[in-house]
Amino acid sequence: MIIAKNDLPGLLDKLMSEYEVYAPVKEGAYSLYKKIKSGSEACFGYVNSKIPPKGVLFPQSEKLFCYNMTGEGAKLEECIDSGKKVVFGIRPCDAKSLLLLDNVFNNDKFRDPYYLTRRENTLLVGMACLEPAGTCFCTSMGTGPFDKAGLDIMLTDIGDAYLVEPVSEKGGALAAGLGLSAAGEEQKAAAAKARDSAEVACRVNIEGLKARLDANFYDPIWERFHEKCLGCAACTYSCPTCHCFDIVDEAVDCNGCRVRNWDSCMFPLFTLHGSGHNPRPGGKERMRQRVMHKFKYFVDNFNATACVGCGRCIKNCPVNLDIREILADIQGEGRSDK
Amino acid sequence: MQRNPYLPLPMKLVKNFTETEDKLIHTFTFQFLSEEDEKSFPYMPGQFAEVCVFGKGEAPFGIASSPTEPGFLKFSVAKVGVVSTALHLMEEGTIAGVRGPLGNYYPVEQMKGKNIVIIGGGFAFTTLRSLITYILEPGHRGDYGRLTVIYGARNPGLLLYKDELDQWDQRSDIDLVCTIDRPVDGWTRKVGFVPAVTKEVAPSSENAVAIICGPPVMIKFTMPELEALGFKPEQIIMSLENRMKCGIGMCGRCNVGNKYVCKDGPVFTKAELNQLPNEY
Ligand SMILES: Cc1cc2nc3c(=O)[nH]c(=O)nc-3n(C[C@H](O)[C@H](O)[C@H](O)COP(=O)(O)OP(=O)(O)OC[C@H]3O[C@@H](n4cnc5c(N)ncnc54)[C@H](O)[C@@H]3O)c2cc1C
Ligand code: SF4
Ligand code: SF4
Ligand code: FES
Repeated sequence: MIIAKNDLPGLLDKLMSEYEVYAPVKEGAYSLYKKIKSGSEACFGYVNSKIPPKGVLFPQSEKLFCYNMTGEGAKLEECIDSGKKVVFGIRPCDAKSLLLLDNVFNNDKFRDPYYLTRRENTLLVGMACLEPAGTCFCTSMGTGPFDKAGLDIMLTDIGDAYLVEPVSEKGGALAAGLGLSAAGEEQKAAAAKARDSAEVACRVNIEGLKARLDANFYDPIWERFHEKCLGCAACTYSCPTCHCFDIVDEAVDCNGCRVRNWDSCMFPLFTLHGSGHNPRPGGKERMRQRVMHKFKYFVDNFNATACVGCGRCIKNCPVNLDIREILADIQGEGRSDK
Repeated sequence: MQRNPYLPLPMKLVKNFTETEDKLIHTFTFQFLSEEDEKSFPYMPGQFAEVCVFGKGEAPFGIASSPTEPGFLKFSVAKVGVVSTALHLMEEGTIAGVRGPLGNYYPVEQMKGKNIVIIGGGFAFTTLRSLITYILEPGHRGDYGRLTVIYGARNPGLLLYKDELDQWDQRSDIDLVCTIDRPVDGWTRKVGFVPAVTKEVAPSSENAVAIICGPPVMIKFTMPELEALGFKPEQIIMSLENRMKCGIGMCGRCNVGNKYVCKDGPVFTKAELNQLPNEY
């Protein structure tokens, strides 16, 4: 199927009558996924958003429940969001990250109803990447600019139109209802050509990485990586696979809410015990945790790396710490030339 | 879908008891509001729960009562921060929230037929009280061999559950050794640190399991004594207390290596911990 670029705002408006639509919107120099009020707000001339769209499913701050204290007890009201949503223009790496987060929020013992309810009610319309950034290394992390994994529909830019390919059954049903015209052979060929010419230049060698991490927890190599790190957590806040959070109460008098907010393993208070003891007291331990979690613990538990190679942590780090260099160092490859 | 694991069960505080002489530890008894609520909270010794004070937040505490004591839950809480202080100030009759039960529990099935050695220090005695009460229950006592309990505190005023300790002293089916750090007038039981007392009591490792909970220094120095007595890492059981929030393996803060203490623990054998990094 095919949709002309000129028709896209109208199509988004149509979707908005049934769904909350999240799409990339320009905010100053950045793109961010936001709930749009009009199809013309969406802006697809982006490489990727500053912050990943994971927040549509796992918001930076969300109410879990509200309560009201009465003489007899507490009245609780669950705040589960079951609104139907479409994330329009999600990049393949970010779609892949949601497949990874599914393992966390639906683990061997517990289900997180907030994330999972949103997940069930959200359609992902992906946008293939024709011009990956210099910081992208998705193809080394089991995904890539045309990876359809986790998507419901994939769009490919072919000049003045997008090729629309349904991926899942839900995506097929959505696409069928949009009244799009069929794609001609020429248009399919244009998409295939775009695919062949898109290149992710940067590669990170992760072969044997897990085996090294299995053995190097006490290695002196960890003394170095954190030296420049400020502990600001920009890397984890902008990472599509990071899922750490805090839970707090916000209350006035008898009325309150329990709220969860994104948190980060890069903060010292994250693990500080009431006794004053801290199992990860310094930058060294915290940087090691971040790397180990993504490239060893997650692999142990879910057989996949918790990194999709989106490069956001590299772009957003104020002191230019580069996860690719850390991995190369661990692999004994010395400083790679970015 | 499974019950929402973030929603607390409302429970009524029926007793706010000052447990220690320094008043820093209180024991809280919470009553279930209905039989249905109680049924929805089947727990075992060693598990914990998130206790919430509405308006202040929630914090994890080991369950000090035993499933053999129906109708209520008990927690002994040290005053260290926001939630624990709010609990200490809570009036009896107030409704609080309890979320759980969370975590795994002491392997009471695998422990059957074995001699049990329980070593506790300071206020980490809470879930050990649950375990002892569980084992002493007439229906369970026959499942286990000798029961030796070594329990140390800085001074007599800091021992938890003093009435129960006295009752256990009277019984012949539990060998209780209480010890304090320095001699005090009127104290007729042992004096000395837990590691030294463990060496002196010298419980046999033959067909035995040792469960040890306490401050890190106590554990550090008791471990070699247990090893000298022939306890293998598989025979030593510990309970970890990493900082927690969600209690269900999602918020990411309590991990030791690839295990989440909240979901995969808090109870681990020393053999299991030997496989993990030392981040606890
Ligand atoms: C499985 C498990 C079982 C437990 N069982 C028990 C038990 O049976 N009894 C018991 O008493 N405890 C137990 N604990 C410990 C208990 O959970 C903590 O003491 C409790 O969470 C403290 O909560 P709080 O809200 O009172 O303290 P918080 O207000 O969270 O603060 C506690 C401490 O954290 C530090 N801190 C927090 N915020 C800051 C900040 N902004 N700056 C600097 N420092 C800060 C301080 O040291 C402070 O004293 C257990 C813990 C676990 C994980
Ligand atoms: S670790 Fe960095 S590159 Fe990997 S997914 Fe997270 S933000 Fe992207
Ligand atoms: S963004 Fe950079 S400086 Fe900030 S915590 Fe991450 S690695 Fe450290
Ligand atoms: S307390 Fe949240 S992961 Fe363990």
